Formats: sequence, structure tokens, C-alpha cells
Amino acid sequence: MSYYGESIAHSSLLGVGLGILLGTGINFGVIIVCLLFGILFLWLQQSKILSTDTLLGVLAHLALSIGIIVISLNRIKIDIEAFLFGDILTVSSSDLWIMYLGVGITILLILINWSSLLLVTIDEDLARAEGINPIYINLLLTIVLTIVVAVSLQIIGLLLITAMLIIPAATSRRLANSPGQMALIATLVGVISVISGIFLSVEFDAPSGPSIVVISAILFFLSYSFKFLINKD
Amino acid sequence: MKITNALISSKNVSVLKHQKFILENIDIQINKNDFITIIGPNGAGKTMLLKCLMGFYKPTSGSIERKEQLKIGYMPQSINVINTMPMTVKGFITVRKKYDDISLNKVITEVNIREIVDKQLSVLSGGEMQRVLLARSLLNNPDLLILDEPAQNLDISGQLNFYKLIQEIYSKRDISILMVSHDLHLVMVSTKKVLCLYKHICCSGAPQQIAKDPEFLAMFGKDMANMMSIYQHSHDHSHDHSYLVGEE
Repeated sequence: MSYYGESIAHSSLLGVGLGILLGTGINFGVIIVCLLFGILFLWLQQSKILSTDTLLGVLAHLALSIGIIVISLNRIKIDIEAFLFGDILTVSSSDLWIMYLGVGITILLILINWSSLLLVTIDEDLARAEGINPIYINLLLTIVLTIVVAVSLQIIGLLLITAMLIIPAATSRRLANSPGQMALIATLVGVISVISGIFLSVEFDAPSGPSIVVISAILFFLSYSFKFLINKD
Repeated sequence: MKITNALISSKNVSVLKHQKFILENIDIQINKNDFITIIGPNGAGKTMLLKCLMGFYKPTSGSIERKEQLKIGYMPQSINVINTMPMTVKGFITVRKKYDDISLNKVITEVNIREIVDKQLSVLSGGEMQRVLLARSLLNNPDLLILDEPAQNLDISGQLNFYKLIQEIYSKRDISILMVSHDLHLVMVSTKKVLCLYKHICCSGAPQQIAKDPEFLAMFGKDMANMMSIYQHSHDHSHDHSYLVGEE
């Protein structure tokens, strides 16, 4: 499911292009395009015509390519690199408020549906037997991922958003004993990575996205050796 | 047919996929205190039948009625996504369940998982995992327990122990059981009715009757029938098995 996030992230560039082209603003464009892409993917996945990997591989890169074409054909004056790798300097104060709102909605949606999300992750049939419709939960996950992509696009960049979906969770997997703990530790790891990554990016004038990912990967390797040391005792 | 008393009853249920029948005209009725075992070769539609009966899947035609407020406990063959997420046995059993300590303790004792209740799911053995799945399916005191090849991944002694446990639960609780199983010779003792499925219901009846059925013999051969009669023998000495042995 992590690569599902990557595919949604890839489709966001089309949202950026369309958002500027139609004058609706980047955030709005990204949310609409990612959401439509996510729903299209869920629908195709349900119909089981292609394997999930193939489906994601085709759709994600198609969306990315169309996005680049739309942006370059119209000679829109934007720095594609900023969207690919993240550029914290492009974040305005109104963007910040949208991020706060996005983060708030994400936390709320996850908290409300926490146990259903867990059960669907463990086993879809088990969830069905207990009255959950996995389609709704997958749709919810699409919405949450869309929001996450939209709010982190400018900081992390669409090529590296997946890294932040996977690495903090994998780091915390080594240290946690329950799903709740894992979510909390992953959040903490994410926050530490972002803050230190931004400092790193200021210090060396490096792009913010890669700097954040490098820090989170360092934490990931540390968590492994930490666990290793504990087990040694 | 008293449809009103059945926990679940299906009428003419068919499932068509890519112009092929997965299930064809299934009539089945599960009553209180039934213990039904479904057997059939791979691809016979056993899991699909369970999915239709539980309402996960809408059949192409036919109708399925479930008793109102029917509580079903479902135990899948296995669950796989456990290594991506840390979770204790107790955490897993109680996810999204309303329960009290008394019923939790009762289930833990019943399926004998007290020693592993604080362990991580990822370190459990096959047999332990099956008992944990069973515990979860029992926690809300179901009227009907649906088991999909519950002992498939266990070794022979694990299978014997598991079926013994099912038998105990069946006799102690006021419960009905619907089970898919290939280990017919092992469940012979407990099951009351065997249902032989290959897209349609080939034959059904008490285990000792079904071994005589020509359709059963055609599908599973005489070896299976003989094996069943051997296991049955120790429980029912009055039965005459001459129809099975000595032929050919």
C-alpha cells in the first residue's frame, strides 16, 4: 500500500499544472487530481483486470508524464524541481494554514476510524465478517493520502513523499510493541526528521526534501542498531 | 422446510463469473446446533459459498436469508499481514470488539492461549496462530461459527488437537458450526452432516451415509470412503461396512 501513496504523489504534478492553468490554485488542483486518481485506482483494482503493481506502474507514470507535459506546453513559469524535490522557500503563510487544516483533518479521520483501519490492514475478510466494508476504508485511506500528499508536496517534493510514508513507520516498527505505539513513534521520527532536515538544508543550502529523507534514513539505521544492542544484553 | 428457524438459509444460489458457474443452485440450511462440514476439491467454490452465506459477496442469482441479529464468528484460513505491524495477541483479539474481562478470560481459557496472550503475533507458531484466530471469532459469543479450512497449515498432531478443541467448543457452547475442511477423516467424529460441494451440492448427509453415495465415491474414490469407515468404526460398531470393502 506504500506504493499506492507514491502513485498518488506522482499524479500530484498534474494537479499542480492544472491548478495553475485553470487559476484554481495549486492546493485545490492537487487535491482534486489526487482524489480522482485514487478513486480511479481503487475502482480499477476492484475490477481485478490487472495486477496492482502493473496498475500503479502504468497510472502513476502516466499521471506524472501528463503533468510535466501540461506544465511545459503552457510555458507556465514554475520551477518543476521545487515540486519534485521540495523547496521550503515556496511555502507561504497561507499555505501554512492549509497545512494545519490538512493535518487536523488527517489526524481526526485516522483517530475516528483507527480500529477499522487496523482490522482491514490485518485481513479484509475478517473485517468484512465484522461488518466493515473495506471499500470505504480504502476510500478513506485514499482521502487521507491525498491530503498528506497535498500538504507535504512543497516541503518534501513528490518524488520523495513515499520515503516519508515508509521510513518513519519502518523505523518505529523496530521499537514499538503495538500499532498505537508504532503510529506515535513514527510521528515523532517524522517530526525530528523534518526539523533536523530543514536545519541541514539551511546550513548547506541543500533542497529540503532530500535533506529530510537523509535524516530519517539515518534514524532508521540507528533504530536497527539500537534494537540490536538491546537484544545483545 | 421451516425457513424461519434456520440461522442461514440459501435458495437457488448461483454465482457466475466470466460466464462460468462458481456455484450453481445451492440450497443450504444451517439450523441451531448444526455441525456441517463442507468438503470438495480445490476450485469447488467452498470459500465462495462461505462468502455468500456471510454476505461478503452478492450471488448472481438466488436468495440468502440470515436470521435477524445473527452473530457470526468467522475464522479465516490464515492472516498474512502481521510483520508490517507490531501487535500482541491480546491486542489482535480485541481490536474493534466490545468485550468484558469475563468473556475475554473465558475465551482465553477455552482455547488455551493464556501463556501467549502478551506475545507478538509475529512470533507465534502455526498452531498458536490458529487458536488465536479461533479466540477472536469466539469473543462476541457467536450463534454460528464459520471456519474456513482452519487446520490447513498444521501438522497431523496439530490438526488432531485443533479439531478436538472445536469439538469441545461445540459441545460446551450453544453454537452451530459450519466448517470447510479437507481433513474429513479427522472431523468424522464431531461433524453431524457432510456436504459435498463441486460447484453444486453433489451429495449431503450424515458422514456414514455419505461414504456410500456414488457421487462421493466418484469424487474422492474408495480410499477416502474406506478411511472414513475405519474412523467411524471405532464409534459405531453396529454399522455394517460390507458395502465398502471387498469390492473389486
